[in-house]
Amino acid sequence: MVKRGGEADDRDMIEVEHVTKRYGEKLAVDDVSFVVRPGTVTGFLGPNGAGKSTTMRMIVGLDAPTSGTTRVNGRAYHDLEAPLHEVGAMLEARAIHTGRSAFNHLLAMAQTHGIGRDRVQEVIDLVGLAEVASKRVGAFSLGMGQRLGIAAALLGDPQIVILDEPSNGLDPEGILWIRTLLRRLAAEGRTVFLSSHLMSEIAQTAEHLVIVGRGRLIADTTVEDVVAKASADAAVRVRSPQVVALRQALAGDGVRIHSAESDVLEVHGVPSARIGELAAANGLILHELIPLRASLEDAYMDLTGDAVEYRTQAEPPAADELELAA
Amino acid sequence: MSTTTISAPAAFRGTVTQSRVARSEWTKLWSLRSTRWSLLAAFAAMVALGIIISSVQMGRWTHMSLHDRAIYDSIDTGVGGYHLAQLAIGVLGVLIISGEYATGMIRSSAMAVPRRLPVLWAKLGVFAAVTFVLMLVATFISFFAVQAIVASHHVDHAIGDPHALRAVIGTALFLTVLGALGVGLGALVRNTAGGIAALVGLLFVLPGITALLPSSIGDAISPYLPLNAGFTVTTSTFEDPHHLSTWVGFAVFCGYAALVIAAAAVQLARRDV
Repeated sequence: MVKRGGEADDRDMIEVEHVTKRYGEKLAVDDVSFVVRPGTVTGFLGPNGAGKSTTMRMIVGLDAPTSGTTRVNGRAYHDLEAPLHEVGAMLEARAIHTGRSAFNHLLAMAQTHGIGRDRVQEVIDLVGLAEVASKRVGAFSLGMGQRLGIAAALLGDPQIVILDEPSNGLDPEGILWIRTLLRRLAAEGRTVFLSSHLMSEIAQTAEHLVIVGRGRLIADTTVEDVVAKASADAAVRVRSPQVVALRQALAGDGVRIHSAESDVLEVHGVPSARIGELAAANGLILHELIPLRASLEDAYMDLTGDAVEYRTQAEPPAADELELAA
Repeated sequence: MSTTTISAPAAFRGTVTQSRVARSEWTKLWSLRSTRWSLLAAFAAMVALGIIISSVQMGRWTHMSLHDRAIYDSIDTGVGGYHLAQLAIGVLGVLIISGEYATGMIRSSAMAVPRRLPVLWAKLGVFAAVTFVLMLVATFISFFAVQAIVASHHVDHAIGDPHALRAVIGTALFLTVLGALGVGLGALVRNTAGGIAALVGLLFVLPGITALLPSSIGDAISPYLPLNAGFTVTTSTFEDPHHLSTWVGFAVFCGYAALVIAAAAVQLARRDV
C-alpha cells in the first residue's frame, strides 16, 4: 500500500499511485501502486509485456498516465527543476542520436543543467568508454550502447537511478560489470529501481521486489519472502517401483503430487523425512528420496503463472542457475 | 571496475534554464556531420548560384533581347541563390527535430528537460540565429560578386540603391523563417520523410495546384501561399502582378511559420514521446 508521509519522507523515493495507462484498446498498466524506497535496490519484475517499461516511462515523464500519479522526491517529474541531478534513467528503448559521438551526446545532456566537460569525461571513464568516446554512437555494439546509457543516467550524480533491463543483450563480462555497478550504487545509499524479466538476475542485487504481470501489480514483497515461500513449497523427488501405492500413502490435504517419469514422483507439501516414514510404515520400497532445492524462479513462475502473456511449454530455468547467481 | 568514484563534487549542481538548453542545442547542431554538410551546402548554393547565372547571362548578353536587357535586375540575380539554398535550409530545419524522433534522442531530451518546450524554443533560436548569420554573409558575398560580374555591361547596382540592402537582408530573413517553418513541421509530423513531404507540399506543390484553378480564384489565393508571400522580401521586381507588398507578404509568411510552430508546441507539451 502507498502511504503518504510528510515532506521529508518523500526524499529519494519513487511513488506510483493508482497508475493506469491505456494505449487505444490495450491496457498497458492497470491501477498499479507501489513505492520504491531509498538506500536499497528494488527489483521490478514481470514477464515481457507486463507494463514495466511503460511504468518507468511514466515515472520519468515520457508518457502521461491515463489516470493516477507518479512522483519522484515527492514531486511530479515534470516539475523537477534539475531532473538529471535527482533521477538518472536508462530506458530500454534507444534514446541516443546515432550520428553523434558519445562525448558530444553526454555533453549536450550535461549542458542543459550547466554540468561541465570534466563531469562528462568522468562518467565516460566510469563506464569504460574512454577509448571510443569520440566515435559515432551508430557504430557502437549493444554493450557499448548500454554503457553509454548508464553514463547518461549517472551524469548528474543522481540519488535515484532507474534502469530498464540493463543487462539485456550484454555479454557475460558486461553483465558482471553491471552487477558490480549496481551493488556499488546501492552501497552508496542510492535508490536503485531495476527492471528485469529474469528473477535470477534481480535476485543478485535486489532486496525489495515489485512484481507485475499483464499490467497489474502481482506482489510488492522482498526477495527474502519469495525465498522463504519457495523453500516452504519445495518439492521432494521420490523414485520407487511402487508409485501407485506410494501416491495413495502420501495423499492428503495440501499435498500435490505429479509424476515426472513412470517411476518418479515429485511431491509438494510433505517433507522428505515424512515421506520416508510413510513409505516404511506402508512397506513401500524407495530407490531415491531427494529434497529439491527451492527455486526462486519457480516461486516467481508461481506468482506470475496466470499473468504470462505468451506461454510456452519450456521448462523453467534450472535451480543450479540460481545458485550460480547467489 | 575502475576506482573512479560515481559521485561528483556537489558544486556543479545546476538547474535547467532556457540559456543552458540553448547551449545544449548549439552542441547538438554542430556535433552532427549531416548538419554541418547541409549548412555548408546551403552556404555554397547561396554564394554560387547567382555567380554562375550572372556569368552565363553576361556571356550571352549580346544575344539577349532588348526587352530582357532592359528589365535585367542584378539585385534579383545577386540574391537568387536562395532558390537552391531554401531546400537545404528547409530540409535541415525538419531534420534537426525529426532526427531526434527517428533515433529516440527525443526521449533523452525530454528526460533532461521535462517541460520540453524550452527544447523547441532553443532549437528554433539556435537554428534561426545560425541560419540568419550564415545566409546573410553568403547573400552579401553573392550580391557583391554578382555586381562585379555584371558591371562590365553597366547593369550593376550599389548596395545603397533602392531595394538592394532590403533584398539582401530580406533573403537572409526569408531563409531563416523558412528554416523555422521546417523545424515546426518536423516537430509536428515527428517523422523525417513526412516532415520533408509536408514542407515541399506546402511550399512548392501548393502553387502548382492553385495554378490549375480558374484564374479568378487562383489569382486571389496565390499571393497568400507561403512561398509567394515569403519571397516578396527577397525581390524588387515582380513578374506576376498578383502579389502582396513586401512586408505584408513577409508577415503572412511569418504567420504560417508561427501557426505551425504553435501547433507543434501544443503537441510536444502534451503527447507521449
